[in-house]
Amino acid sequence: MSGFLNALPGAVSQGLIWGIMAIGVYITYKILDIADLTVDGSLCTGGAVFVMLFTNGINLWAAMLAALLAGMLAGLVTGLLHTVCGIPAILSGILTQLALYSINMAIMGMKATVAININQEGVLDKLLVSLRFVQGSKGGFPFYRHPIFVVGIFTAGLIAVLYWFFGRELGAALRATGSNPNMARAQGINTDFCKVLGLMLSNGLVALCGALLCQYSSANEIKVGQGAIVIGLAAVIIGEVLLGKVFRNFALKLLSVSIGAILYYVVLQAVLQMGLDANYLKLLSAIVVAVFLTIPNWKGKYFGKSSRKEAAENA
Amino acid sequence: MLEIKNIWKTFNANTVNEKVALKGVSLTLNDGEFVTVIGGNGAGKSTLMNAVAGVYPVDRGSITINGADVTDLPEHKRAPYIGRVFQDPMMGTAASMQIEENLALAARRGQTRGLKAGITKMEREEYRELLKILDLGLEERMTSKVGLLSGGQRQALTLLMATLRKPKLLLLDEHTAALDPKTAAKVLDTTERIVQKDKLTTLMITHNMKDAIVHGDRLIMMYDGRVAIDVSGQEKKKLTVETLLEMFNKVSGSDEADDKLLLS
Ligand SMILES: Nc1ncnc2c1ncn2[C@@H]1O[C@H](COP(=O)(O)OP(=O)(O)O)[C@@H](O)[C@H]1O
Ligand SMILES: [Mg+2]
Repeated sequence: MSGFLNALPGAVSQGLIWGIMAIGVYITYKILDIADLTVDGSLCTGGAVFVMLFTNGINLWAAMLAALLAGMLAGLVTGLLHTVCGIPAILSGILTQLALYSINMAIMGMKATVAININQEGVLDKLLVSLRFVQGSKGGFPFYRHPIFVVGIFTAGLIAVLYWFFGRELGAALRATGSNPNMARAQGINTDFCKVLGLMLSNGLVALCGALLCQYSSANEIKVGQGAIVIGLAAVIIGEVLLGKVFRNFALKLLSVSIGAILYYVVLQAVLQMGLDANYLKLLSAIVVAVFLTIPNWKGKYFGKSSRKEAAENA
Repeated sequence: MLEIKNIWKTFNANTVNEKVALKGVSLTLNDGEFVTVIGGNGAGKSTLMNAVAGVYPVDRGSITINGADVTDLPEHKRAPYIGRVFQDPMMGTAASMQIEENLALAARRGQTRGLKAGITKMEREEYRELLKILDLGLEERMTSKVGLLSGGQRQALTLLMATLRKPKLLLLDEHTAALDPKTAAKVLDTTERIVQKDKLTTLMITHNMKDAIVHGDRLIMMYDGRVAIDVSGQEKKKLTVETLLEMFNKVSGSDEADDKLLLS
C-alpha cells in the first residue's frame, strides 16, 4: 500500500501529461466523430522534434512550438488523405502512422532512443517537467516545479483556449461537421476543411504531449506512441462514463477527459503494484477500452427507451 | 431566379445498376414563385432538388441561381443562396448541439466563419422571438439539445433555420412526409406563412396531391426523369385531384395503374 501511495504522484503526473493527448483524441473522436489513428505516430513525432531541437541548444519553448507544428503537419497529411484522396479516415490515419515511423526514425537520426542528459549542468532547470521533480521537497524542488502543478496549470490553460475556440463561429462549424455533416454543408460549412482543421488541432496537441512526455522521462523512444490511441480513448471514455452525468459544460467535459487519463494511470499503477508483469498492460488497456465501449451500446440494446433518450442527450 | 437547363444525372454509370434519374430537365422559376412538385416514387424529384443544391454534380446541363452559374460549385458554396428542409427530420439539424446553436449556425449561412463569437446575446433575443412563431414552446428550451426534440419540432426548427436569412431559393423535399398528420399540417401551415411573408422562391416536393394543388402558384409533375406536366395561373387554381390524375394517366401511358396507386 505504501508503495502505491509513493507511486501515486508519479502516476497522477503521467496521467495529466497523457491527458493532453487524450484531449486531442477527444477533438477527433467525440467532436469530429473520426477515429484517428495518426496519434500513435504523431505522439512520437512531437517527442522526436522536441528532443532533437532541445538537445541542440534550441530554446525550450521554441522546441515545443516546433513539436506542435510537426504534429499539426501530420494531422494535415491524414486530413488530406481523407478529404482530397477520399480514403476512409481510419485507413488515412493508419497510413500516416506507418509513414511516421520512418519519419520519426529519420528525425532522431536513425536511433531508436535519444536522451536528454539531465545530469549536465543547467539542463534540468530548463525543463518544464521531469520525473525528478516528482520527488518534490524531498528532492529539493519547490512545489511549483512539481509536474502535477505545472501540467495542471498547462491543462487548465489549454482547456480555457479550447473552450474559447469551440464557442467561436469556426469552432461551432467544427462541431456541426462532426454532429451532422449534411446539415453543416447545407449551412455553407466546408466540412472537408473543418475535418482537416480538427485533425491538425488534435495531432498538434498529441505532439505537444509527446514533447512533455519526452521531458518527463528525459528521453524520446521510437515506440513511445505505441497504443496511444487506446490510452486516449480509454481516458475519453472513462471520463465520460464516470463524469458525463455531472459535467455537462464543454470545459468540464474536457476536464473529465484529463481526469479520465489520471484515473487510467492510477489504476495502472495499482495493478502494477499488485505484481502484474508490465508486459500485460497493453492487453489490460485493450480490455478496459473494449468493456467501456461496449457498455453504452448494450445499455441502449437491453434497457430500451430511457437510455436511448440519454444517448440523444449525450450524442 | 432559378434556371435549370437541360440537366442529366446518371447514377452508377456503366454498371448493371445504372439509373438515369434525370433526363434533360429544364425548369425556370421566377422571382417569388412557389412551385409544388409531385410524381411517383423514383420519378427523380429528390434528384432534381439535390442537383440544384449541389449534393452531387450533374452529367450535363447548367443551373443558374439569381444570375450566378452554380453548376460547378460544391454544396457548401451554393448554401448562401439556398435554404433546405429534408424529408428526414434528423437531416436538417445537429442533434448534439443546442437549439440556439443550430439557429446561430444557420444565421451564418454563406458567411466566412472566423473567430467571432459563435452566438451573441442579441441573437438569442432574436431567436427567442422567432421561435415563438412556431408556437411549439421552443423559445423556453433554447439551450436544449436538438436531439431531444420530436421529429415535428425538429422539422419546424429546420424550416426556421432554412429561412432565417432570406434564401434566394427554398427547397423542401417532402418535409412533412415523416410527420403525423396533425404535425404535418402545422408544419405546412408554417411553411405557407413564411413563404408568403418573405415572398420566397420555393420548390416544394410533396407526395400529397391535395397539398400540391392547394399550395403554391404553379405545379409540376415529374415522370421518369422528366417534367411531364407544368401548370400555373388560372389552370392551376382550377385543378382537382381527379383532373390531375387524368393528366397523369395520359403522360404515363401503360404503367398507369401502378403509378396511380403510388400517387394517391
Ligand atoms: N444516390 C443514389 N444512388 C443511386 N441511385 C439513386 C440515388 N438517388 C436516387 N437514385 C435513383 O434515382 C431514381 C430517382 O430517385 P429520386 O430522385 O430519389 O426519386 P423521387 O422522385 O422518389 O424523389 C430512383 O430510381 C432512385 O433509385
Ligand atoms: Mg424523394
